[in-house]
Amino acid sequence: MQTKRTVFGNRLLPYAFLFPQLAVTVIFFLWPAGQAVIQSFQREDAFGLSTTWVGLANYADLLHDPTYLNSLKVTAIFAPAVTLLSVGLGLVFAVCLDRLVRGSRIYAALLVWPYAVAPAVAGIMWWFLFNPSIGLLPYLLAAVGYRWDHSLQPTDAMILVVIAASWKQVSYNFLFFMAGLQAIPKSMIEAAAIDGAGPVKRFFTIVFPLLSPTTFFLAVINLVYAMFDTFPVIHATTGGNPAQSTNILVYKVFVDGFIGLNLGSSAAQSVVLMAIVVTLTVIQFKWVERKVNY
Amino acid sequence: MSAIEITGVSKVYAGGVRAVSDVSLSIAEGEFIVLVGPSGCGKSTLLRMLAGLETITSGTVSIGSRVVNEIDPAARNIAMVFQNYALYPHMSVYDNLAYGLRNRGVPKADIDARVAEAARMLEIEPYLTRKPKQLSGGQRQRVAMGRAIVRKPDAFLFDEPLSNLDAKLRVSMRGEIRQLQRRLGVTSVYVTHDQLEAMTLADRIVVLNGGRIEQVGRPLDVYHNPASTFVASFIGSPAMNLAEAEVMGGSVAIGGQVVANGISGVKDGKLIVGLRAEDIQPAAPGTGVPFAVRYIEELGALRLVHGSVEGRHLTMALSPDLPLADEMKVAVAADRLHFFEDDSGRRMTR
Ligand SMILES: Nc1ncnc2c1ncn2[C@@H]1O[C@H](COP(=O)(O)OP(=O)(O)OP(=O)(O)O)[C@@H](O)[C@H]1O
Ligand SMILES: [Mg+2]
Repeated sequence: MQTKRTVFGNRLLPYAFLFPQLAVTVIFFLWPAGQAVIQSFQREDAFGLSTTWVGLANYADLLHDPTYLNSLKVTAIFAPAVTLLSVGLGLVFAVCLDRLVRGSRIYAALLVWPYAVAPAVAGIMWWFLFNPSIGLLPYLLAAVGYRWDHSLQPTDAMILVVIAASWKQVSYNFLFFMAGLQAIPKSMIEAAAIDGAGPVKRFFTIVFPLLSPTTFFLAVINLVYAMFDTFPVIHATTGGNPAQSTNILVYKVFVDGFIGLNLGSSAAQSVVLMAIVVTLTVIQFKWVERKVNY
Repeated sequence: MSAIEITGVSKVYAGGVRAVSDVSLSIAEGEFIVLVGPSGCGKSTLLRMLAGLETITSGTVSIGSRVVNEIDPAARNIAMVFQNYALYPHMSVYDNLAYGLRNRGVPKADIDARVAEAARMLEIEPYLTRKPKQLSGGQRQRVAMGRAIVRKPDAFLFDEPLSNLDAKLRVSMRGEIRQLQRRLGVTSVYVTHDQLEAMTLADRIVVLNGGRIEQVGRPLDVYHNPASTFVASFIGSPAMNLAEAEVMGGSVAIGGQVVANGISGVKDGKLIVGLRAEDIQPAAPGTGVPFAVRYIEELGALRLVHGSVEGRHLTMALSPDLPLADEMKVAVAADRLHFFEDDSGRRMTR
């Protein structure tokens, strides 16, 4: 195969071009990650004066820490819920738009906006919308007889953070589904229509299976997002409360490390979190490879 | 099997494009109709209106005895073969064939039997468990045909089903489609822009031009009696020679050069004369019209000689064993000339 090749006169020049990107990766990702791994084997005294090597003690402590186990449980609800909601809504919007106004740029642009909003701002917006005293939604819910209070009710709090965290991902997922839908040949849908399948049947037997690679990809991306990138949302809305009910793993890393100043435990938690996400991703991709081939 | 009746059908797309204008056509039960015409003439649009994939702006379409204008594609009981085959890529060949039957609630045992029968007819039995991407283009084409025939529909609709195949496969599939249609006796409407496909497949050819029917007729009738210069130049390969000519007292002159005498039934005046390439032949010694040879195309069984008479480009088809020269004398078969009106291009009645 003929590939385009650039020949550099100086052997060091290519490395010079690569340097900025590598430097950013090393300084802001690899180095802190390495630090975290090292710190997870250490314990600092309360004043940060001395550091001792404690081996796996930080990890062992986590297993016996009820708040950590609770956090695991909360994350096990939160992350799949966010993934399901954001991927589901992204799909619904994409299908609606595809049916109603195939290719309408304006609607598509509107649906993409939320992605440009900073997570913390989105969090505050939802916090206002759901604010028990001044928010619009509790007011409407009160009309149907539901007393909304996410500062006291764990379930309400979970619903709030799930919605706030999903909101902007919907845009992202919507875009991918739009592209996926556009890649399905129109004649295939028409063939199914002639074959006697109504719109609902067509969706479930043709469209959705053909979108499955997109769906699986988005499931991975959104799960990783929910586990890693939702810190600002939690911080701006519930701060992990009430009663630890929304204290997801990534938020607990922050709370224990920067507020509790327990750097060793916080580092161990972040390493575990990383391991969980990597494992989930690998499993998902293995599964995808087996399931999604046509 | 059903007759199809198209009455005054027009299609105007949302953008204002008038794709089909006032088309009327009666298709008999079991007939094989080929819609042919240049790109953009509205063939697919007309076919898709029969299928129910496009709304009908005005006019009516009936399949069997029922008007289907407002009936969903699913309920029209037609089957369609698409140019890109439109197979379901995530289903096996078996499931592709069975899909339409399952949707209609056909019992499992019947489905098995009908899929097996179609697969046997099309010789795709070995591939039933494969996915479409594991098939060659020709095999995919067969699966697409199979999906149409298992349904036992009232009509087959084909939209350029062979245009993605290589030339050789196209010819053999053409033959198979013809035989299959004869055997099953299902009313068929077939769209193509390939006049050869039209000639070989059709019971009747419908030539479309700019959304209107230019001519309907049996292949040889259309070939021998084209209704207009458009049909004349579209049907037949090489295309019929068309030249401006003048008729005066029974003689036909191209550029002042008399090429034929003893013509009756044609008014004196300017017109367009049409002659098939095989109707121009070398003249007997000492007679004929000067023909300046420009270039030659060898087709094996035939030799196309392109040249000019009085500066008007003409093509003749000669047997390859006839001698050639740069300047030849040719004669045209006077009784085989076609005459078209100078302004409208319509065939002149003699
Ligand atoms: N969905 C559409 N919206 C607007 N105009 C359309 C649409 N589909 C087709 N047309 C126009 O209608 C006319 C007829 O199109 P059609 O597809 O029927 O042509 P065709 O004869 O099948 O051509 P081809 O041989 O290239 O397939 C064309 O001018 C085309 O641009
Ligand atoms: Mg077409």
